[in-house]
Amino acid sequence: MSIQLLANLSYILSAVLFVFGLKMLGSPATARRGNLLSSLGMLIALCAGLSAEGILSYEYILSGILLGSVIGALAARLITMTAMPEMVALFNGSGGAASLLVGWSTLYIGEVSTFTSVTIMLAMLIGGLTFTGSLIAYGKLSETITSKALVFTGQRIVNSLILLGILTVAVLFVMAPAPDSVWLYALLGLALLLGIMAVIPIGGADMPVVISLLNSYSGIAACAAGFAINNNILIVAGSLVGASGIILTNIMCKAMNRSLANVLFSGFGALKQGKAIEGEVKPISVQDAYYILEAANNVCFVPGYGMAVAQAQHVVKELGEILEARGTEISYAIHPVAGRMPGHMNVLLAEADVPYEQLVEMDDINPRIEHVDVAIVIGANDVVNPSARDDVDSPIYGMPIINVDQARTVFVLKRSMASGFAGVDNPLFFGENSRMLFGDAKASISGLVSEFG
Amino acid sequence: MEVIFLVLVLAIFLGFELISKVPAILHTPLMSGANAISGITLAGAFLTAGMVDIGIGTWLGTVAVTFATINVVGGYLVTDRMLSMFKSKDENQ
Repeated sequence: MSIQLLANLSYILSAVLFVFGLKMLGSPATARRGNLLSSLGMLIALCAGLSAEGILSYEYILSGILLGSVIGALAARLITMTAMPEMVALFNGSGGAASLLVGWSTLYIGEVSTFTSVTIMLAMLIGGLTFTGSLIAYGKLSETITSKALVFTGQRIVNSLILLGILTVAVLFVMAPAPDSVWLYALLGLALLLGIMAVIPIGGADMPVVISLLNSYSGIAACAAGFAINNNILIVAGSLVGASGIILTNIMCKAMNRSLANVLFSGFGALKQGKAIEGEVKPISVQDAYYILEAANNVCFVPGYGMAVAQAQHVVKELGEILEARGTEISYAIHPVAGRMPGHMNVLLAEADVPYEQLVEMDDINPRIEHVDVAIVIGANDVVNPSARDDVDSPIYGMPIINVDQARTVFVLKRSMASGFAGVDNPLFFGENSRMLFGDAKASISGLVSEFG
Repeated sequence: MEVIFLVLVLAIFLGFELISKVPAILHTPLMSGANAISGITLAGAFLTAGMVDIGIGTWLGTVAVTFATINVVGGYLVTDRMLSMFKSKDENQ
């Protein structure tokens, strides 16, 4: 049996392991084993890759692996759970950069056919924009740069020019592919620029969409690199990731009732204004909140990005446990786009040891929200904004929300009366059954915990 | 070459099928787990980093190996770390 055949058989095995791994990631009970299976698939694929024809020196490969392993392992171990969205963005970016470089370095192996040069071009283009796009997403998520949507006049014209430039340069490069081609460098520069321009007009609240889309791009880039070097496992695994990223992106868009094009191009927040809301908010003290909670039989926490900012997940879980010990029914209702990445709130609450049975999806809590005695909104705003349901003029109209305003009582934990991320007024705060618990979420919840103590 | 396009289409459909059933609670680990798989580029980076003629191509390949390894190692470890936190009621006690 030739080495080539053996490698291809190993690739089939690892592809099967990837598929099973992804499938097992679909249930909390099997997810960890699924990830392990997937990493086993990766190991097999890499061993097969190392035995490929044409690899003659291993020093460079080994030093690269060593350096990358140290950086990757340290980053994965040291990162705090609240910083997870930006970490995922960085890992994603390094995947994109790798595909870009694989495409580029393929030019140095020897003469390439037109088909190969097209795939090299694609790997560099998609890999490059994944790289810089992820870096910008990282900056926005870690608040190193402003997380607001950055919009300027003529943005569309500039972007159209970049796209036109890429198209031209790509054609010129493909017609005469060479490692020292000036069109190669132009393509590289424009791809990197496109990644920046594509992500800056997107606001922090839309980050779940961007992160999953970039994730998809990194898969597509790997797929293109696979065609460039004629490696089957790159093509298969890359397209698996590409497709799964697209699906996740679609789920996120649906959860905001917006099209992908709207998220990517509109620069949210610069849009129309909804109805101005008049009324008075009713503040509540920690002590009064305690009396209401004490009498409640059914309490539902609704966390948002503010919970992550306040690092309140541990005290929230503590309060939940106290209430549960008193016989109160506890649930945590999580909106699909709460936080800065898909499933962000679930990870934080899992970190605080909340059992996953208590984590409830929006569609499960809404039908029974009327039976909830107290809904506690922690640093969430747009995902519980009734305007999305009732006010056709609201910029977020049509977005599915958790109907906390239909619970018997709503506590809203909020730092002050500033409007939420999207800059949209929230009539929930003025509701008959709403009580505002002002102050730092962590301090407020701790206060409630000590009242029970 | 035609066969690989068939495989490509099948892989895309498989990706769609697998992910559309994942519950929202696991979206983050799913994403970072899938992200780790995209580090498969590493298998390709070996080819250019292992060329005999040491030159720009080798260097580019070596940087590619480094980036892809960060993606693979970091991605799988961080996913595992997250998943180890998801516990059911029984496991918590």
